[in-house]
Amino acid sequence: MADLIAKTPCAGLLPFENGVATLWEPAPVPMTAIAPYRGRAEALSEALRAAHGLDWPGPGETSGEGAARLIWFDRAHGLLMGVAPAPALAEHAALTDQSDAWALVRLEGEGAAEVLARLTPLDLRESEFPVGRTARSLLGHMQGSITRLEPRVYQLMVFRSMAGTLVHELTTAMEQVAARG
Amino acid sequence: MRIDGKGLIDRGTRLGFTFDGHRYEGHPGDTLASALLANDVRLVGRSFKYHRPRGILTAGSEEPNALVTLHDGAHREPNARATVTELFDGLAARSQNRFPSLDWDLLAVNDLLSPFLGAGFYYKTFMWPRAFWEKLYEPAIRRAAGLGALSGQPDPDRHETAFAHCDLLVIGAGPAGLMAALTAGRAGADVILADEDLRPGGRLLSETLEIDGGPGVDWADTAVEELEALPNVRFMPRTAVTGAYDHGTYGALERLPRGPKRPVDCFWRIHARAAVLAAGALERPVGFADNDRPGVMMAGAVRGYLNRYGAAAGKAFVVFGNNDDAHRTALDLADAGLHVAAVIDSRHEARLSGPFDVHAGAQVIGTRGGRALEAVVIRHPNGRVESIAADCLAMSGGWNPSVHLTCHMGARPVWQEDIAAFVPPPGAVPGLIPAGAAAGVFSTHGCLASGAKAAREALEVLGITAAHAPLPEAEDAPYAIRPLWLVEGKGRAWLDFQNDVTAKDVKQAAQENFRSVEHMKRYTTQGMATDQGKNSNVAALAILADATGRTIPETGTTTFRPPYVPVPIAAMGAGGRGRGFAPERLTTSHAASLERGAPMIEAGLWFRPSWFPRGGETHWRQSCDREVRHVREAVGVTDVSTLGKIDIQGPDAATLLDFVYTNTFSTLKPGRVRYGLMLREDGFVMDDGTTARLGEQHYVMTTTTAAAGQVMRHLDFVTQVLKPGLDVSFTSVTEHWAQFAVAGPKARELLSGLLDTDLSDEAWPFMSCGEVRLSGIAARLFRISFSGETGFEIAVPARYGDSLFRLLVARAESLGGGAYGMEALNVLRIEKGFLTHAELHGRTTAFDLGMEGLMSRKKDFVGRTMAARPGLVDPERERLVGLKPIGPVKSLTSGAFLFEPEAEATRENAEGYTTSVAFSPTLGHFLALGFLKNGPERLGEKVRLVDHLRGYETLCEVIHPVAFDRDGGRARG
Repeated sequence: MADLIAKTPCAGLLPFENGVATLWEPAPVPMTAIAPYRGRAEALSEALRAAHGLDWPGPGETSGEGAARLIWFDRAHGLLMGVAPAPALAEHAALTDQSDAWALVRLEGEGAAEVLARLTPLDLRESEFPVGRTARSLLGHMQGSITRLEPRVYQLMVFRSMAGTLVHELTTAMEQVAARG
Repeated sequence: MRIDGKGLIDRGTRLGFTFDGHRYEGHPGDTLASALLANDVRLVGRSFKYHRPRGILTAGSEEPNALVTLHDGAHREPNARATVTELFDGLAARSQNRFPSLDWDLLAVNDLLSPFLGAGFYYKTFMWPRAFWEKLYEPAIRRAAGLGALSGQPDPDRHETAFAHCDLLVIGAGPAGLMAALTAGRAGADVILADEDLRPGGRLLSETLEIDGGPGVDWADTAVEELEALPNVRFMPRTAVTGAYDHGTYGALERLPRGPKRPVDCFWRIHARAAVLAAGALERPVGFADNDRPGVMMAGAVRGYLNRYGAAAGKAFVVFGNNDDAHRTALDLADAGLHVAAVIDSRHEARLSGPFDVHAGAQVIGTRGGRALEAVVIRHPNGRVESIAADCLAMSGGWNPSVHLTCHMGARPVWQEDIAAFVPPPGAVPGLIPAGAAAGVFSTHGCLASGAKAAREALEVLGITAAHAPLPEAEDAPYAIRPLWLVEGKGRAWLDFQNDVTAKDVKQAAQENFRSVEHMKRYTTQGMATDQGKNSNVAALAILADATGRTIPETGTTTFRPPYVPVPIAAMGAGGRGRGFAPERLTTSHAASLERGAPMIEAGLWFRPSWFPRGGETHWRQSCDREVRHVREAVGVTDVSTLGKIDIQGPDAATLLDFVYTNTFSTLKPGRVRYGLMLREDGFVMDDGTTARLGEQHYVMTTTTAAAGQVMRHLDFVTQVLKPGLDVSFTSVTEHWAQFAVAGPKARELLSGLLDTDLSDEAWPFMSCGEVRLSGIAARLFRISFSGETGFEIAVPARYGDSLFRLLVARAESLGGGAYGMEALNVLRIEKGFLTHAELHGRTTAFDLGMEGLMSRKKDFVGRTMAARPGLVDPERERLVGLKPIGPVKSLTSGAFLFEPEAEATRENAEGYTTSVAFSPTLGHFLALGFLKNGPERLGEKVRLVDHLRGYETLCEVIHPVAFDRDGGRARG
């Protein structure tokens, strides 16, 4: 029986680097959408702490700084990244595998925020969007998820099928920021 | 002429440029306008309507005359204002609106005809015959009246849009703006200082004013140095704030010097918690006969060109004004050793001493010369008329504060008598505080104080305290003015230079009862050019006020609208060209499909293969027919990942599905799949698809590709609004799974070698589903069919999609089949009467589609009541049928209308229409799906298909919509 070969969403498209920033695709990690059932938010929080040492994030927040991270994803969902969900969580929340649903890249460097200013209306100033903040917003014409991992490192996610457009938009913005000198 | 020892430009470096093909030289820091003046080029354009010769009038973005076309070929940029065009080496500029040349322009004949072409001429003349307006008059007028033209080629330049955020936006970097930015910057606020000029300083660059005992320019440079050292201040030169919008959002256009891969402009959306408007003021002309002759310029611009660029606008000057500020021009010119022939001040009380004649109480009544000014005609208070030789007349009718942005949200400016100008009304735009000349404060000291005060006010609202710092010392001269709008006399006194509107036109408008300022504007076109009347609005309404016996405040202004300066559409739509127009959604099989030569078709944002050509096939139909035969006779593989897939979980998952679908899903057993129909609230069909029950509380819903987003929104609406109590959650998994249909008599054979499971009809009956393993990978298998053949859909995590597609296609080919594309998929489903959004087009009901049986009577569901309206269940409605050709013409078209065979093909007689057509290689003839009145009762009848658009008609027989394998035996196995 033939083996199936895994391909990442941005395979063959990245990395891209210029004087302004670096755009690269980290190795895939497990990603699970978590939606607490009615009245189970607290129980879920406890189970999360017990199993993964993570708190349930409020709107725009993330939890965890290591390999396991939980980011607020929308009104109803958190996204657990970097670790497979403990089976005990399923008692309190709907768990949906999203590991292959998103193209995930990192943009880092001195000019990263300037590059993103071409694509997203988010206010990325330190005072408004410090490390650990996350938002669902526009990235060009795409809806995406933007998280500040470190002062000059952003995690960007869009639908997997839009990986090519994501790379095109970001590299164009990087070129144009660099061309300003 | 360049004056040694004057100017802030780098005289040590030379920049070559051309104007209308002639070579000239300028220096870094020059604008195109200053460089042209330094080279004694006076005639720069022809006016819009009468093609009158025109020269440079101003030194700013309000310039109405000096519009030129920059660059060559596809890079061409029309209507650039020479006054704000930064000079660079190699710049090529051309004049506009002239033929054959600027000096000899044939359409200057319009000027001779001007007695006939005044206000309202077009409205009165081109009324008849009616049809001529669109076909003859308008095109002819448009050709004659002109601005520059685009190249007609795709724009090769890059453009950009961007967002910025700050606590305080300071608009304008003159003394008031710099002081505001310093005050806020020192207090630690996030400040953006935007100025449309390439160099900060505002009027300080153009004047010889002193601050703190030194040149004002030095103070500005020091201020900018301090600001640039502050990490919380961002200085944006070459950036004109163009509009004020809701919630502290401002639009701004940044123009960038050209460079490789560098955008030529960037349209910013700046969000500011507060803003200071320090946009300065614009000098206004005076109306007198022939005041548009090249050489007649604004007084402030004349001394600006001298002080900032060391460029003398002439050799012999006359200054004409009604205010003390104009005196500066005469004094600066004389200081520079230039010949000032006379100063004409219309005020009897004016006092000025200098090495020139001063005529207080006199007025300029006309100019002499051809394409350049030669003499100025003045009338003394005693009535004596005198002609004074001059090649430059510097005029000033006073200054209008730049109130524009404060009026972008509907406010009207208020008249301030002592400065004879409109000033911003208080609180006009929330959070926007006017300061300096924009607020009607004209002394340097006043501007500095006003800037600091405005910043402190703004910061107080933000909760930031700014320290009181001593203000730099500067002049605080009062601004003395006596209004003068128009010098009465013979000849045309021009108001709106850009649209060729005269004082007489305004009076005529009033005479013909266009007395409202808005009516006057539209009747005369005053203020409707690209300068938006910046130079002419106040004078025009003052003349209108006079003509109608009202005061200026009673007359009021027209509406100020964004943008403050012209914004290229290319900048606003930046990034939206080509691939930037919309995101491209690519399936995991995209690369493999391209390798097989498949042309792509866009389905929403998705790209899907149309067909997979093979050697020897020269027409898409050959490929398509072969692919259909593969599926019917062997096995085909197609990517169905684009269909929406929604994972639904929770104790109330079944309840939700029962409510959104017309049929019941709570009774579906785990491991089974059911076809479902979904209605909108109005009772019409929204979408269809299959939903699989994976577990007791776990379903996965499939939507059509087209309606995936709509269904997701619908579920959000239902769970948040209609049934907020349900304990259910849902997540899109469209992107997580790569899903492929494997269909055909050999589908089982293809898959059985790959899966570790028994695929017999007993183990995997039609409409079953479950988890399987494929090469050790967890996959989902669905026994469903959109082709009518034995069919499976297998889903794997998307990372394996590319690999699995290649594997499935290779195996299909070894079994005598292959990949099939959208065309074949469409033929297969039309043969089976399966529906897509061609049929579910938003105006069809379950009843129309023959699916009333799917409308459960035992439960409530979205759209149930509305679908029961008598009009929606009338048998007379156009209902789904199949059609096949029986006449001599053997092909069918979609979008055609259906008629009784003998009826005339008119709208009233139409009985239905076709929605989908295909040639069926299986049945050997064309097939159509369509809707026909009483359709299901008319099987076997003949109808006439008429396609008025394509000029096509044929006779058809009405058949059952399922043309092939009506009992479905092939799919069930």
